[in-house]
Amino acid sequence: MNAMTQLNGEAFWLPVIFISLMGLAFFVYAILDGYDLGVGILLPADSELQRDTMIASIGPFWDANETWLVLGIGLMLIAFPSAHSLILFHLYLPTTIMLAGLILRGVAFDFRAKAPEDHKTLWDHVFKAGSLLASSSQGYMLGIYVMGFEQSVSAYLFASLSAVCVTAGYSFIGAAWLVMKTEGELQQRAVRWARLCGWLTALGIATVSIINPIISPTIFEKWFGSAAVILLLIIPAMCVGLFILVDRYLKHFPYPNDFGCWIPFASIAIIFLLCFIGLAYSFFPYVVPNQLDIWQSASAPESLRFILYGAAIVLPTILLYTLFSYRVFWGKATHLKYY
Amino acid sequence: MLDTLLLSRMQFAANISFHILFPSISIALCWFLLFFKVQFNRTGDEIWMRIYRFWVKVFALTFALGVVSGITMSFQFGTNWPGYMKTVGNIAGPLLGYEVLTAFFLEATFLGIMLFGINRVSNRIHTLATFLVTFGTSMSAFWIISLNSWMQTPQGFEMREGVAHPVNWLAIIFNPSMPYRLAHMLTASGLTAGFLIAGLSAYRILKGDHKLAPRRALKVALIACGLLIPLQILLGDMHGLNTLHHQPAKIAAVEAVWHTETSAPLVLFAIPDEKTQRNLFAIEIPHAASLILTHDYQGTLQGLDKFPNDHPPVKPLFFGFRIMVGVGMLMLIVAWAGCWQLIRTRELSPFMLKVIVSMTFSGWVATLAGWYVTEIGRQPYLVSGVLKTVDAVTQVAPQHVGISLAIYLVLYATLLFAYVRTLFVMARKAVLVDRPDELSTLQDQLANKRIAAEARV
Repeated sequence: MNAMTQLNGEAFWLPVIFISLMGLAFFVYAILDGYDLGVGILLPADSELQRDTMIASIGPFWDANETWLVLGIGLMLIAFPSAHSLILFHLYLPTTIMLAGLILRGVAFDFRAKAPEDHKTLWDHVFKAGSLLASSSQGYMLGIYVMGFEQSVSAYLFASLSAVCVTAGYSFIGAAWLVMKTEGELQQRAVRWARLCGWLTALGIATVSIINPIISPTIFEKWFGSAAVILLLIIPAMCVGLFILVDRYLKHFPYPNDFGCWIPFASIAIIFLLCFIGLAYSFFPYVVPNQLDIWQSASAPESLRFILYGAAIVLPTILLYTLFSYRVFWGKATHLKYY
Repeated sequence: MLDTLLLSRMQFAANISFHILFPSISIALCWFLLFFKVQFNRTGDEIWMRIYRFWVKVFALTFALGVVSGITMSFQFGTNWPGYMKTVGNIAGPLLGYEVLTAFFLEATFLGIMLFGINRVSNRIHTLATFLVTFGTSMSAFWIISLNSWMQTPQGFEMREGVAHPVNWLAIIFNPSMPYRLAHMLTASGLTAGFLIAGLSAYRILKGDHKLAPRRALKVALIACGLLIPLQILLGDMHGLNTLHHQPAKIAAVEAVWHTETSAPLVLFAIPDEKTQRNLFAIEIPHAASLILTHDYQGTLQGLDKFPNDHPPVKPLFFGFRIMVGVGMLMLIVAWAGCWQLIRTRELSPFMLKVIVSMTFSGWVATLAGWYVTEIGRQPYLVSGVLKTVDAVTQVAPQHVGISLAIYLVLYATLLFAYVRTLFVMARKAVLVDRPDELSTLQDQLANKRIAAEARV
């Protein structure tokens, strides 16, 4: 923390701006690729028609969704190169597995529709397996990262728990996406999936939130060390409220005129946001927990400034045309046709 | 014993080689698609739209493979080459950042509308989406070529405490080799996509497709290739001269010039021998290398002896270059012979069609060979004169790099096989589109096959 007081002006603010942008990119990624990975995990084995509809619902979006991961990791590479190297050094094999999962999933999406008909089921399996591999390795990496790359049995257990938690979370938001984007039998099915994954996710988040301050004195101090604890506890309280809201809503599904089909998705997005804020608050200003803060690892100010000018113009444009794309494909998913 | 350095280099080579296959098609394929779309808008001729519909599917598949293999690239720097970002991150970072910001999102977002949105947006917006994807892919090429060229011919920076700091961004982006490399690569993509379109269209005709669409696509692609290939030879020559000026060691290795000499002969074929520093079994044209490279009959070429222990390995450059040029010459002959036949008889002979099918992936061979020449030609440096490859590599254990390399290789071999096979399956399906009887027989056959397979289980 002493570095913080010595820096002023640009050298202080640029890293802060870039860690915020990076956080934003990873957050948007978790929501967007979260739901399409979740849809992949939920692909049912017993109905080709439902698989078609589910994949149709994410078809126009998944390419762009994955780009947020490239942006996030790219911003880390650009702004905090030493952190990028250190983190990926420790996460070498999980990263490889995640990439293999993402590759398999991305190509299965196209191959299933274009390869010989009798291979379609095989590619659907690949799609599901790839989604599962990518989600669980992301969760595992998050767990190892949170534990500060500690190599111990408890760290690996924690990381495995985190893997289950993230996979459940992605499935949760994926199911909520389906509740919003589909109708009829599949929608009913998605409601059941969403409730199940919701409980699993809630359990996972609760466990991680309890374990984290217990094992890390710094994090305990941050959360419970001052009077701000009252204010901070709003975060878990809101989470609990949202979980209950989603579960109640889903329990009494369906509603006339598909009332509020967007409520679960929006609520889960807010839950993700709250978890993100919690994580960010726990670790700021460190990019690598307890090892490297944002000022120690930041690139030269002249480089950050050069990229910031561009980002200030381009990022809002990206958000605008992303919204445009979602508007074009608004409403219930229809059968995907290339023309 | 394989060490982390060698394994990491192999892994990077595997990743980037697999990756470049797909952009080298999609960059130009998108321009072809835009052309088809604009022609449709202009003439209202349904045939253009049929061509568009077939090739947009190929584009979607190619693009998907490009995206996923590209994600791998963005992790490679951190996982295997930490020294790279540590030393030149201040320069490489922003260039990569601008690629993500100005290209990746643009192409990925509008691809959705381009592929699936034609009934949801107006025709004009759909054409605009096609243009934006095209623009995005070319923009992406611009930034990444800029960075690659900067690594070949770095300028516009200063070193402070062993770290490169930017001084002049324009000088960095438009570094000396950048315009040549960009033009050379974009044209290479045009040829790769052109021969792919020509090859698959010829395949469809050979398989009995009587429709107009594959014939017209074949014609467009063949004419495009016929025009692009002489341009490419000219650009290649200019790029070579530029390299001679900035990276003489690379050219010395390409031409296997061991000792500085005047009136250097052009070595058409030889087996360069690093130990004795001479060429075995050489077939040479006297004075030709001097003439081509210095545009002077008796010009002096610097030999590898000028760069002791600091020049790239000779064999891969020497052969890689000859493969690239050889394929280029084949392209010239096939494209012009095809165009000539079209002009004279308005139809291609079955033999010509078969030749064109055999050239379907010729662009890949030439592009890969060319990239190997320029990338291996930069060795032993990662950034010419600034950072050696050996100083940038990770500390990760060789076993781990071995595991990841094995995973990638298995994955890439499978996907490459699936990709090529799928292209031909798509072509065969397209042949049957206007013959519902045969199409249903095909589906029946497949269904029967599946039932039989299930019965066995």
